[in-house]
Amino acid sequence: MIGLSALSGCINVAAPEEPIVIELNINIRQEVIYRLAEDAANTIDENADIF
Amino acid sequence: MMKNARATILAAAVSAAAIVSFAVPALAQRDPAYAAARANGTVGERVDGYLGIVGDATPALQSMVNDINIKRRAVYSRKAVEKDATVEQYAMTAGCQAIARTVPGEKYQAPSGEWRTRTEEPPERDPRCP
Repeated sequence: MIGLSALSGCINVAAPEEPIVIELNINIRQEVIYRLAEDAANTIDENADIF
Repeated sequence: MMKNARATILAAAVSAAAIVSFAVPALAQRDPAYAAARANGTVGERVDGYLGIVGDATPALQSMVNDINIKRRAVYSRKAVEKDATVEQYAMTAGCQAIARTVPGEKYQAPSGEWRTRTEEPPERDPRCP
């Protein structure tokens, strides 16, 4: 009986189907990206050898 | 005699023009190895603004990608300071643009982290991308 209740108290942790993606950029807000967009586009044009 | 002199002058002018055009390219272009790696899909544009290796890494490929990413990071760092942003913010913004600029056949990373092959359709980008 004690064994059974111990079993029913188990928490099942199933591995997710999808690979876990670590969102490193979760704190980057859209307004920041919009503010930088034009400058970043120019930067890519000016450094065509590495983009 | 006159004809020879004219030919010599012409040849000199042509070679001078050739030297100038080789010595001062309007904008630096991609290294042939990098251009080839993009075209054959062994490298792709990551969401974070850096170049990624799509399949198995070879030492040569890894070295080329590291070299480009170090240069990109240097550029991002300099520009981020100018724009009062973090390197990560600037890099991700550049990533949005770099993914948008991929051409059909090239690889890019979807927001899920999976590699996709660019088609004629717009790429699958982070919803925050402009």
